[in-house]
Amino acid sequence: MSSVEKKLLEVKDLSVQFPGKYETVQAVDGVSFDIYEGETFGLVGESGCGKSQTMRSILGLLKAPGRVSGGEILYKGQDITKMNQRELRKVRGREISIIFQEPMTSLNPVLKIKTQIYEAFEGAFITEKDKDGKEVKRKMTKAEKHRAALELLKLVGIPSPETRLEEYPHQFSGGMRQRAMIAIALGARPKLLLADEPTTALDVTIQDQIMKLLNRLKDELGMSIILVTHDLGVIAQMCDRVAVMYAGQIVEMTDTVTLFAHPRHPYTYGLMGSLPNEDTAGGTLEAIGGAPPNLANLPEGCPFAPRCKYACDVCHEKRPDIVEVEPGHFARCHRLDVTSEFQGLISPEAAAKAKEQEVEPNE
Amino acid sequence: MSRLQYILKRILQMIPVLLVVTILVFSIVHLIPGEPARLILGDKATPAAVAALTEKLGLNEPLPTQYFLFLKQVLTLDLGTSFKNNLPVADLLAVRFPVTLALTLLSTLISVLISLPLGYFAGTHKDRLGDQVVRTASLVAISMPSFWVGLLLMILFAIKLKWLPAGGWDNTSLWGEFKCLILPAVTQSLMTTALLVRNTRNSVVDITRMDYVDFARSKGISDGQVRSRHVMRNSMISTVTLLSMRMAGTLGGSVIIETVFSIPGIGKLASDAIFGRDYAVVQSVVLLFAVMVLVINLITDILYSLLDPRVSL
Repeated sequence: MSSVEKKLLEVKDLSVQFPGKYETVQAVDGVSFDIYEGETFGLVGESGCGKSQTMRSILGLLKAPGRVSGGEILYKGQDITKMNQRELRKVRGREISIIFQEPMTSLNPVLKIKTQIYEAFEGAFITEKDKDGKEVKRKMTKAEKHRAALELLKLVGIPSPETRLEEYPHQFSGGMRQRAMIAIALGARPKLLLADEPTTALDVTIQDQIMKLLNRLKDELGMSIILVTHDLGVIAQMCDRVAVMYAGQIVEMTDTVTLFAHPRHPYTYGLMGSLPNEDTAGGTLEAIGGAPPNLANLPEGCPFAPRCKYACDVCHEKRPDIVEVEPGHFARCHRLDVTSEFQGLISPEAAAKAKEQEVEPNE
Repeated sequence: MSRLQYILKRILQMIPVLLVVTILVFSIVHLIPGEPARLILGDKATPAAVAALTEKLGLNEPLPTQYFLFLKQVLTLDLGTSFKNNLPVADLLAVRFPVTLALTLLSTLISVLISLPLGYFAGTHKDRLGDQVVRTASLVAISMPSFWVGLLLMILFAIKLKWLPAGGWDNTSLWGEFKCLILPAVTQSLMTTALLVRNTRNSVVDITRMDYVDFARSKGISDGQVRSRHVMRNSMISTVTLLSMRMAGTLGGSVIIETVFSIPGIGKLASDAIFGRDYAVVQSVVLLFAVMVLVINLITDILYSLLDPRVSL
């Protein structure tokens, strides 16, 4: 994080609902976090815990019938959830852009890569001085788009960009498609990139390359990243701060070092126990028993209580509130007294190293 | 492979299919019980006359010889003479074909113009009232037989309102011809429109769910661009499939429609020829239909390769 911390995005008490015929699914339930300039913020949790829906709400891209049912998302002071289509268009791509999990289905199969990159320049204007020295904005010409597209492909490390521009997505491998998607997302030089499990669909070698690419681009372009993942190893490699989500809520949020050293939520602790590391090598990894709850029918108490080793009566009766246990460290748990005993099971360095070793297991 | 090579290859591939069709068409005459010459001349013909016609038609030759003779005639566009009115069949077709072509194109155009916007509307309003109305209406349209709809339209627009002719052909002017084509074209387009609406609606529903549509939206491009470049462009692939199948079906349906509305096209020619046992005409019409279906398929495949780059040429 830079020394002067400037807030770029504030998510306040965000709730997302999917109303259905018989039941309403509460996909996101009162999520709050801030994103600062130049930081990488991790959002970690199991499938269906609301990570992706949180990301989609930030760009107004919730799939029907999903809708933001409460809270606000402030970008540079403006509430995105209240924007109309025209205002949203100005934010999309130019201020905030997104890359999806599935590179195979996220590019239009019938359009050339060129066409799909050019679309990203729709909002990118060129500022010039006219004869009187006044600044005027104009759209990019075809030639400028072509040059910029070439530059983007080079930036994300796609070889022979000149021929690649003329090709279609099916002529690209998975990793190359993900690079192309990143290139498109960066086309209008956004300040914030939402990366929704960008490497889940890729094999480990490519995963590593893409993560390193994102890290490099973040520094080169000076943007912030929200990285959604279910992999704490990726968090250790990439993120400055982390929020752990469970059943639509943030259960713990702090900086990465603290999270690994002193987790305060049993769920975080459980996730860490399931990470491979040098100490547990050859042994059995511990898994969190049970399954995430049904979001349409949450238990009365803490949603994690049925799976929690430390749950007591109050956990089954009342939902815990989120508490700032230390400055900048938030946890949502009734048993903070017990969890204060938690010792980090693995350092972020070790977790990151374990992640690296997935790539080159013989090292 | 370049597109031109692909098209050439496809045209070459049509040749064996056409050969099979000529064998089938040739067999029509020979599969009919009894002597063709007697069928042509009728019951009262003298044996001598039948023998003479048999000789004249070359029906005494061995079958393979007859077939090659027939093939030679077809290739030189000498399609024989109509038994009914002694006109060369090629001339008959030259007059009738443009009428059926115009009817087919007009009805296809009507279908496309109505069904694409309607299907898109229904697809983007999935399960809402508008979608349900469109879907129900198209189901009703699919269930109605075209000859019956044709009669209803005739009663309304020709007899009650007197806006359009009830049938027949006014070849005094282009406008007159066009007016005669409207009711039959609308009647004929009904089924295609209904099927196309449902197909477009379903593919729009599927495609709007795709990640690439959301990703396109995330670039900040306009809704119109998302719609045309991403949603409609991709749904066109299945539209073209259905449309080409329906166009081939429409050709077959022209036999009924042209009879109901007394339009002098190929369909009417075919039904008249069948009832009048005018075999030379039947043969040629069947052959022409087959060629048209092949041409439609060829155009479809070319369109595919233009619409979907994943189709390997």
